Amino acid sequence: MEEEVNKHTISVLVDNETGVLARVIGLFSGRGYNIESLTVAEVDKRNSVSRITVVTSGTPMIIEQIKAQLSRLVPVHIVSDHTEEGPHVERELALIKVACSGEKRVESLRIADIFRARVVDSTNRSFVFEITGATEKLEAVIKLMTPLGLIEVSRTGVVAIARGDQSIASGNKSI
Amino acid sequence: MDDAQLTGSEIVLKVLVDQGVDVIFGYPGGAVLPIYDALYQQDAIRHILVRQEGGAVHAAEGYARSTGRVGVVLVTSGPGATNTVTGLTDALMDSIPVVCLTGQVPTHLIGNDAFQEADTTGITRPCTKHNYLVKSVDDLARVLHEAFYVASSGRPGPVVVDLPKDILQAEAVYTTSRQTRHKTYRPKLKAEPDQIEEAVRLIAGAKRPIFYTGGGVINSGPRASRLLTRLVRMTGFPCTNTLMGLGGFPGSDPRFIGMLGMHGTYEANLAMYNCDLMIAVGARFDDRVTGKISEFSPGSKKIQIDIDPTSINKNVMVDLPIIGDVGIVLRQIIKRWEEGQCRADEKALGKWWKQIRAWQGRDCLSYEMSDTIIKPQFALQRLYEHTKKRDVYITTEVGQHQMWAAQFFKLEKPKRFMTSGGLGTMGYGLPAAIGVQIAHPDALVIDIAGEASILMNIQEMSTACQYRLPVKIFILNNQYMGMIRQWQDLLYDGRYSESYSASLPDFVKLAESFSAVGLRAEKPDEVDGVISEMLATDRPVIVDVVVDQMENCFPMIPSGAAHNEMLLGPDDKTKTPVSEEGMVLV
Repeated sequence: MEEEVNKHTISVLVDNETGVLARVIGLFSGRGYNIESLTVAEVDKRNSVSRITVVTSGTPMIIEQIKAQLSRLVPVHIVSDHTEEGPHVERELALIKVACSGEKRVESLRIADIFRARVVDSTNRSFVFEITGATEKLEAVIKLMTPLGLIEVSRTGVVAIARGDQSIASGNKSI
Repeated sequence: MDDAQLTGSEIVLKVLVDQGVDVIFGYPGGAVLPIYDALYQQDAIRHILVRQEGGAVHAAEGYARSTGRVGVVLVTSGPGATNTVTGLTDALMDSIPVVCLTGQVPTHLIGNDAFQEADTTGITRPCTKHNYLVKSVDDLARVLHEAFYVASSGRPGPVVVDLPKDILQAEAVYTTSRQTRHKTYRPKLKAEPDQIEEAVRLIAGAKRPIFYTGGGVINSGPRASRLLTRLVRMTGFPCTNTLMGLGGFPGSDPRFIGMLGMHGTYEANLAMYNCDLMIAVGARFDDRVTGKISEFSPGSKKIQIDIDPTSINKNVMVDLPIIGDVGIVLRQIIKRWEEGQCRADEKALGKWWKQIRAWQGRDCLSYEMSDTIIKPQFALQRLYEHTKKRDVYITTEVGQHQMWAAQFFKLEKPKRFMTSGGLGTMGYGLPAAIGVQIAHPDALVIDIAGEASILMNIQEMSTACQYRLPVKIFILNNQYMGMIRQWQDLLYDGRYSESYSASLPDFVKLAESFSAVGLRAEKPDEVDGVISEMLATDRPVIVDVVVDQMENCFPMIPSGAAHNEMLLGPDDKTKTPVSEEGMVLV
């Protein structure tokens, strides 16, 4: 009864208290769940609430466990599974450093243009490109830039938000 | 409203008093000296000095499990805190409400590798339901009140509050626990009407049903046990308990068919395997219960009532999950059952019971008696006969004796059986018995022990004697770590690697050295005598019962096997060789 393994993007609203990130990460490592990407930042200063976006994978049974386990953590307000709950937008930002000269330099600019990457730093021998988009788009750019002299990549990991006029906060945590 | 400034230590004690705490278990040290000084100057809270911090947590667990109240622990920083880790994990696995206050080095030294510093919140994060490091004295009262709320609501569990020494000495105004609603943590207690409707429909239509009930019934409170008993009797269904659920349904009721699982009864496990409706109440489908998961009760519809959503569909997919407090949901079901004037399918039930009675005819707990050697089962049977008329509290250590205790003691009431179920912590029973005896000073409290387990926390004899706690320690001494030896018998061709208890103390002299009473039985005809003498002694007693070294605990579902592949006795040994898949399981 091997079930299919799927990737899920989950948003978690948490109280921004000491150790909350360790608690979430420890849950994943302690119970053997995957983390493919993890992003965290405060989103509501007044109420001191942070938003964690985690991309994970597992069978439907495991994904249900992950969500139940996350909801059970005391400082967690809301757990929202974008992959399951319908249309949403996922974005990631990458900074890509390409060191090259001559024709390769021109080619890297041409690729950047096609993917709407911006040049945010330049020397005679290098560019830093900033690119935003879905994970697949970033992967495509990185793949194309690699033979042109890509020497370093920094990525934020995925953030996600549901489409439409509803707020994540209108759902309530009930455990 | 009192605006007087209190020190952190005074705030700690005031919170304890406001939370109704009258006893705490602890051990002093540098970082918590301010609290100990405050303790010295008051009478509201009694402090029980254990002999090792691990004992304090187990004692608090015994206290909590036998009363339904939160058990409280106070220890110092560093080694004091790290010694609590086993007990905290134990309380987490068995859902026991414990608040553990740990001292910490002053805030300005945190992170400096100071003397007796440990990252207590880091270490205890995965073994607590929640934990806190208090960084400002202004947060202290709120955090402590919150700790009690978190420990005791929903699925109970241990909570650690780490208290830096400077916070204990700083001053603040005390705040009461008015905030009744926690910001985020609000367990769901009640089932939806359509779930109740569906549950009642399934129960009324069942032909081969079974109630499978666990520790959740006991944690929910005595009312849940009464409601469960009522529902089982109304429907006439059979009922089996998990190790943690024993006493949640009266053991002498004819509808009770014994404990289930690895060392459960033949009838309980076969009823689980063959049922068409399983009603899991506050039970979590632990691997010791299910056996081989792919062959677990293959033909049944499953209803599961549990307060913790993570217990649902974790190991076994259920057809009707109901998230809520067991007591509340059972009341909802009974109400709907009565309103609808529902009836169980009595004809089908009659047939089902006939089948179950036939399984019971196998008498799976029988054993071969001996005139010369004390069989451990015999000793426990006699202990049960001598004590069954009394309101007895049983604690156990971990191993064969624990399983025999679970098999042979028919528990009539909840909160009477304290055992380390989930974690399987050897050394649990004696400190737990101390906690129980503190909560119930006049009750009969017996720790059923093995000679190996008891040595793991034997230092707590000193605690029992200091506080004149008449706990009875009933050691089934087979000079082996019996359960280890049993597995080595069954799985490793009898290669008894390191499972022999060498250089054992003379338990009678050991008891006497603590100024307790030591007794010994070596022959079957001495058993009744020592039990009578033990019961007549109003002091701590260690009874050393010298039992058959080679007796194994049956029935047994070998690891990796299914409920219908039980071994019933020693002659069954070679019938089902353990699969390779089973060998890797614990």
